[in-house]
Amino acid sequence: MAARIQVPAEARRGEVIEIRLLVRHPMETGYRVNERGQTIARNAIRTLTCTYNGVEVFRAELSPGIAANPYLQFTTVAESSGTLEFVWVDDAGERAVERAAIRVVE
Amino acid sequence: MRLRAALAAALLATLPAAADERPIPPHALRSGSAFLGAALRAQQDDEFANPGMLWVERGAQLWRAAAGAQRRSCADCHGEAAQSMAGVAARHPVIDGASGRLLNLADRIVECRVERQGAARPAWESDELLALVAFVARQSRGLPLAPSIAGAARPHFEAGRALYRQRIGQMNLACTHCHDANWGRTLYAERISQGHPTAFPAYRLEWQTLGSLERRIRACFSGVRAEMLPYGAPEHRDLELYLAWRAGGLPVESPGVRR
Amino acid sequence: MKRREFLAALAGAAISPAALAQSVPLERLLESATRGAPARPGRVKLELPVLAENGNAVPMKVTVESPMTAADHVKAIHLLSERNPVRNMATFHLGPRAGRAVVASRVRLAGSQRVVAVAELSDGSFWYDVAEVNVTASACMDES
Repeated sequence: MAARIQVPAEARRGEVIEIRLLVRHPMETGYRVNERGQTIARNAIRTLTCTYNGVEVFRAELSPGIAANPYLQFTTVAESSGTLEFVWVDDAGERAVERAAIRVVE
Repeated sequence: MRLRAALAAALLATLPAAADERPIPPHALRSGSAFLGAALRAQQDDEFANPGMLWVERGAQLWRAAAGAQRRSCADCHGEAAQSMAGVAARHPVIDGASGRLLNLADRIVECRVERQGAARPAWESDELLALVAFVARQSRGLPLAPSIAGAARPHFEAGRALYRQRIGQMNLACTHCHDANWGRTLYAERISQGHPTAFPAYRLEWQTLGSLERRIRACFSGVRAEMLPYGAPEHRDLELYLAWRAGGLPVESPGVRR
Repeated sequence: MKRREFLAALAGAAISPAALAQSVPLERLLESATRGAPARPGRVKLELPVLAENGNAVPMKVTVESPMTAADHVKAIHLLSERNPVRNMATFHLGPRAGRAVVASRVRLAGSQRVVAVAELSDGSFWYDVAEVNVTASACMDES
């Protein structure tokens, strides 16, 4: 699953930074029908987690009530240099992992 | 004497054969963005969060990836897209020198994929094709549309213009009825735009995905309850050429966000 | 959108017609997030456009006034719909490491309705805000 991630490359310790995500995913509702009259199975991202150097700092439980190609924006405190890891799983069991590095200065 | 004659001939060559009347004068041209609510305009202007950028990014990856039997990437021939593709989208549709056919940008890319990279023909509206079209179109962002309607393109321009004025479908409407005569007015709750192609390929909320100008034209046909033409139809390309000429001067906005 | 999809979409923005029939009362919606604990209006600001040109992607931003310290922070924000077939649209789990309680996303709305955001605080209290959105549909049918 492709995704766009925006995390500042560098931040001051204690600074509240903004994280933005845009994920390529149909977030299929399960109510649409194809041209053959068959229901297109529901398939939406169920959970999206952000961990900061291994500690969970944000978790979203989503549903088809979130638009296709979901956009998420949230904040976290810049604590220490390291990695922000984003993991999400959808109804079909597909799992995706993306990472972004952050450098934290005094 | 010869110099003066040559200068006169050169001057005459720059004038249109007969000035084609513009349904919307240049100063009144407005992009589709002007007919969107603030929320959608903001989505389009947000460089990061514009959903169309997912395809542009994918297109950038495909540009550099070796493809087909020739194991050749777009970059192998065209180098950096920011340089080589600047202005390309703004000139299309264009007459292909080799075949004499009018090709839009998607046709061009399909041809390269098949003929020069030896890759499988990408399907119409496939992720792969849309990504490449979106990526190439984006390299012309901000540049004014400037297709040529001279020479071999002229009959296509005239056919496109005739189709634009042709009543079609159960509603018996021509494009001109909405987009020349009633732009700015509301149709149910929607504000009718001038029908320009500048933002395509565009992320259309109705589709919940990125789609081509050709798809948008098919959508309009279905909108007036006319039978849609298949993807690849030459009529679409003729119409795209007319639309590009009609929007001449407006900047490329791809990828746009539309209703 | 093919003919069948179009017909389903006609029924209401890709949501089944039956589901659109009833709106859930505010009290029931709040209960689903608080499990019966009282919820008070305030502290939460839910921002959605008053008029959405298409229900498929409506920008949403929710902000909760909170110092976001270990002692006093927002644990979770629940986003609820009164008319979508899936009432619980999303739950965002925060905590003191968030720094601020602000989340933005784009939601899918099955027609004009109210959306509710319920904040669950670390002291066990619940606060909410309601936003009303008018969702308009496309003027022309699209079978492309």
